[in-house]
Amino acid sequence: MRHVAVLLGLLLTLALTLLAFGLPVLESLGHLWEGALGDKFAIHRTLVKACPLMIAGLGMVVAWRGGMFNIGGEGQLLVGASAGAITYQLLHRVEGPGLTALVLAACCAAGAAWAGIAALLYTKRGVNVVISTILLNFVAIQVVSYLVRGPLQTPGEAIPQTTPLPESAMFLRLDPQSSLHTGLFLAPVLAVLIHVWLKLTASGFQLRLVGQNPSAARAARIPVARTQVLALTVSGALCGLAGGVEYVGVSGYLFDGFSPGWGYLSIAVALLGSLEAWGVLLSGLYFGALLAGSRNLEAFGGAPSAFVYAVQGVAVIAFVALQQWSRRRVERAAS
Amino acid sequence: MSELLGIVGAMLSLGTPLVIAATGETVSERAGVLNIGLEGAMLAAAYSGFYTSWQTGNPYLGLLAGCLVGVLVLGATAPLVLHLGADQVVVGTGVNLLCLGVTGTLFVMTFGRAGQLVQVPTVASFGGDMSVNAVMLVAVVLVFVSWRLLFRTDWGRAIRAAGEMPDAARAAGWSVYRLRLQGILISGVTCGLAGAYLSVAQTNSFAENMTAGRGFVVIAAVTFGRWTPFGAAGAALLIAFAYGLQFLIKAYSLPLPYQLFDALPYLIALGVLVGSGRGKAGPAALAIPYKEQR
Repeated sequence: MRHVAVLLGLLLTLALTLLAFGLPVLESLGHLWEGALGDKFAIHRTLVKACPLMIAGLGMVVAWRGGMFNIGGEGQLLVGASAGAITYQLLHRVEGPGLTALVLAACCAAGAAWAGIAALLYTKRGVNVVISTILLNFVAIQVVSYLVRGPLQTPGEAIPQTTPLPESAMFLRLDPQSSLHTGLFLAPVLAVLIHVWLKLTASGFQLRLVGQNPSAARAARIPVARTQVLALTVSGALCGLAGGVEYVGVSGYLFDGFSPGWGYLSIAVALLGSLEAWGVLLSGLYFGALLAGSRNLEAFGGAPSAFVYAVQGVAVIAFVALQQWSRRRVERAAS
Repeated sequence: MSELLGIVGAMLSLGTPLVIAATGETVSERAGVLNIGLEGAMLAAAYSGFYTSWQTGNPYLGLLAGCLVGVLVLGATAPLVLHLGADQVVVGTGVNLLCLGVTGTLFVMTFGRAGQLVQVPTVASFGGDMSVNAVMLVAVVLVFVSWRLLFRTDWGRAIRAAGEMPDAARAAGWSVYRLRLQGILISGVTCGLAGAYLSVAQTNSFAENMTAGRGFVVIAAVTFGRWTPFGAAGAALLIAFAYGLQFLIKAYSLPLPYQLFDALPYLIALGVLVGSGRGKAGPAALAIPYKEQR
């Protein structure tokens, strides 16, 4: 029942946002539907777009459950993909799945390290995580810009991008005609792992307790700072992996604008998935569909893809407002 | 000499919006509200200032429109963060996404993909190579006025109480909601003026996501400035200096990757946060919802 309400609410916000921009609602919804779910290729596109959103969204769940407001998914994702590209550059003798594994490991490690900077600044110097992770996003954009124009640029190539990975090191294509790749299966596997960790293990319980009430956790002798560092670095590793999956699964090379804002979108994905692992899979699919559909809408309907951000913003604000409103109502009824 | 004056002028121009937004955000944070949505509100103001200046041909109306939109955007978050007690980071993140989407969509729908080339009338400048303009003077006045208001008036004492110990403000007969609302609205005006300044006075045009993190840089400056208007203004100017270095490196084509200098303002903002260290960590009730008994 609750999921039906959320879904209807999401459709309503979408329709209202279209209306607010003066776009024909039904026609635009039709374009979105066609681009996202219209045929086999559209569905593949949706799944491919949902992939980084789901993985980074899971990262957000870990951080936010631990009380660490990680807004730096974008930077962690970009640094992760950069580390993947650097690894390929250094290890070009390695081939096949071995290279894939090394590249993905580097992505995770780099994402974790980038988030680890913010974690250490918080626990050692009390620097607000929201601010530090965001500032690091802007640094990461410049790191990518430097790498693709400097040490990693394909020799003799005018376009600033890195040398594409060999086909053997890419994820397998599930359909030769679309870019649907085996990396897709990573998201549900990771979701199960995260769910089990957060809900069924002592360390996951500690993480959630630290997120909900750090002083209670401290009183219960839980190492608060260490748990916070763990939450943020695991979150960064997952965001880095999201970048790696896109690198190894879809593009195969790094370039400016590698991420269309996945890191930011994944925050909305996690919030609308009620900070639950399985919820992230669902809302990741929804926003993946919206991203895939918005390209079709842009081609036919005249609304640029920036429109997706507006829908997400409205959805996040409406969601938190409804959540708080019902919580207050319950409190009032109780008192 | 004139080159040097030009660079100083550029830095003042880059620092002006940061200083302006920092004064209002200082007041708001003193009252206990952290406006993570500052970035989005600045961006919305930048677009509306640009649009108004383009429509009316009057840059000052553009600045005014920016102030208005800044107040509207941040004011709209007030019922959520004050009355419903919603998390200020979540609401702000929603606002940022919303403003990024709305301005990007409206810009492309109105001006097309080639909209970057649209130039709008700008504010008059004087002072020769330094090219000082009236808004810079407004920035200086705002710093003094907000300091006086915060530290030399009863209202300012109440505002600080609302962010430090809201129960005390309530006991003294002040409404914490109203004080915090005033903080939010003041921050709305200043970040609106700052955003409109970016498009109307600094670049004379608009680009998608043109604020590029300046809202967050302002929040960092407020923290480093120990929540005082003069401190925040000083921190803002320091970061503006880093923005200005980009032009220096491009003008003299130094053998360093330019991306390093593009990243410098953010690195310096991070550095000042590290430097401000533990110490007194700001208003005690910052970003903590308050439930007012009626």
